[in-house]
Amino acid sequence: MTDDVWILGITMTKFGKYPDRDIVDLAAEAARGAIADAGIGMSDIGVLAAGNYMGGDGLLGPGRLGQALQKQIGQTGVPVYNVMNACATGATALRTVLMAIKAGETDIGLAVGAEKLSGAGLLGSGGAGKADGAEFTPSGRVGQVAPLDGRIGTETMPGVFAQVGMEYTHRYGKGGFELFARISEKNHAHSTLNPLAAYTKRLTLDQIMNDVMVAYPNTRPMCSANCDGASAAVLVSGERLKRMDPDQRRRAVKISASVLTSDPWTEACQVLPDINTLTRNAAEQAYTAAGVAPEDLDLVELHDCFATAELVHYDNLMLCEPGGAVDLFESGATWRDGRLPVNVSGGLQSKGHPIAATGIANVWEVCHHLRGEAGDRQIDGARVGLAHVIGLGSACGVHILERAA
Amino acid sequence: MAQQVPLVDYLVLDEPPHLLAHECTQCRARYFDHRNACARCFGAEFRDVAVVGEGEVRSFTIVSFAAPGVAVPFVAAVVDCDGTSVKGNIINTPSDPDHVRLGMKVRLATYVVGTDSSGTEAVGFGFEPAQV
Ligand SMILES: [Zn+2]
Repeated sequence: MTDDVWILGITMTKFGKYPDRDIVDLAAEAARGAIADAGIGMSDIGVLAAGNYMGGDGLLGPGRLGQALQKQIGQTGVPVYNVMNACATGATALRTVLMAIKAGETDIGLAVGAEKLSGAGLLGSGGAGKADGAEFTPSGRVGQVAPLDGRIGTETMPGVFAQVGMEYTHRYGKGGFELFARISEKNHAHSTLNPLAAYTKRLTLDQIMNDVMVAYPNTRPMCSANCDGASAAVLVSGERLKRMDPDQRRRAVKISASVLTSDPWTEACQVLPDINTLTRNAAEQAYTAAGVAPEDLDLVELHDCFATAELVHYDNLMLCEPGGAVDLFESGATWRDGRLPVNVSGGLQSKGHPIAATGIANVWEVCHHLRGEAGDRQIDGARVGLAHVIGLGSACGVHILERAA
Repeated sequence: MAQQVPLVDYLVLDEPPHLLAHECTQCRARYFDHRNACARCFGAEFRDVAVVGEGEVRSFTIVSFAAPGVAVPFVAAVVDCDGTSVKGNIINTPSDPDHVRLGMKVRLATYVVGTDSSGTEAVGFGFEPAQV
């Protein structure tokens, strides 16, 4: 137990639109909230890892949140790591602090993720680039003479993840548009109980299927919502936690596994990013490290950046037999009253996906249930949960969390 | 006839047009882009090999929203060409789920993408339904 690292305090802002607040404002709210939740002070923090992906108001550029945050909440001179790892940025910040504690550099550290994405539009789309006119001149690693987005496949995130889901459908001969839409129906239904979600409206299957098609089979409500938000966590060593107050010890959540993987080579990964293998690898490592089996999990927050992604991650996280993701969903298991609730927060499709905040927000959701503090959406008796994020490129973070005994 | 250049250097405008992959001489992993070394086995020697021009749609999406300047809708797909996965659009058929299906047989086809100031045409590729 003393070798373990624990979450002592954790918080997230409401996700949504904050036109009058900059990224540092949001990060400061989350950071000060986590420090207060931990029952410590800024001077106890020995390391800071700050995640931000897009930059924006209040920052000198992307990946420069840490020191800007210190100016607003405390310039203590501790080491700062600014981290960027696509949509796994928040989980990477958390894991950076965990590694510093495991390395014995400090007992207590703070991880923060903050992003402003409202109105950001389509992510991943490079644009059409230079227009016709000049002479065709080959450039880059494929000697292209014109932009390729839309001519050789798509670079948009909804389109990439649509293909991920359709590939699974093809491989196992099950699923399709309506099934993906029903996954979205579940998450939007869950969101009605989450006051911190950006969107909390229940949608019918018809509404979801007849909404604007973005990239078949993902309609607009089946895509993660671009929004603003921040999240933060205070981590503590088990040794230090032992000497803390009973109330701090009771609310502390054990990080039973913290795993980060990148995508190993697979045959088709050069044409469609393989988000499956690295997730499965991370899950396998995490279950082994935690001594936990998938059937032990009381809830899962997984990276449903698109409805098509949630389906494949049931399989990747080994919540079902290989090929069994459709059957798992059809059984009702992943609804909040099912055997293995998935995304009871509403998921990225309704809670929102402010990139760098997402990884810690998923952990917050799980902690909230393990502490028995989730109110109306509490999963009764939750003892063990898993939080998963994936950043295209690719990076996968998996954390397994356990309630204090 | 106007002078033509390929949209990408792995498209060869011979008769018939075909795709060329850089194959690792050690492990046979194939790449369309130039690699410093093999991502699979770390070997640094490659040879060019022709990719079969017929295949099967393993995955697709119909993109309705794209960056400004990108014409929509279009079908982006992954095509299994006899064991080599290729990224390309499904062309010469309507962009809807009634005309594009998982597992459908397709074949490589080329088309003119645009013309530059000197009158040279850029030729791109896609996959069209194979008539069976
Ligand atoms: Zn090789």
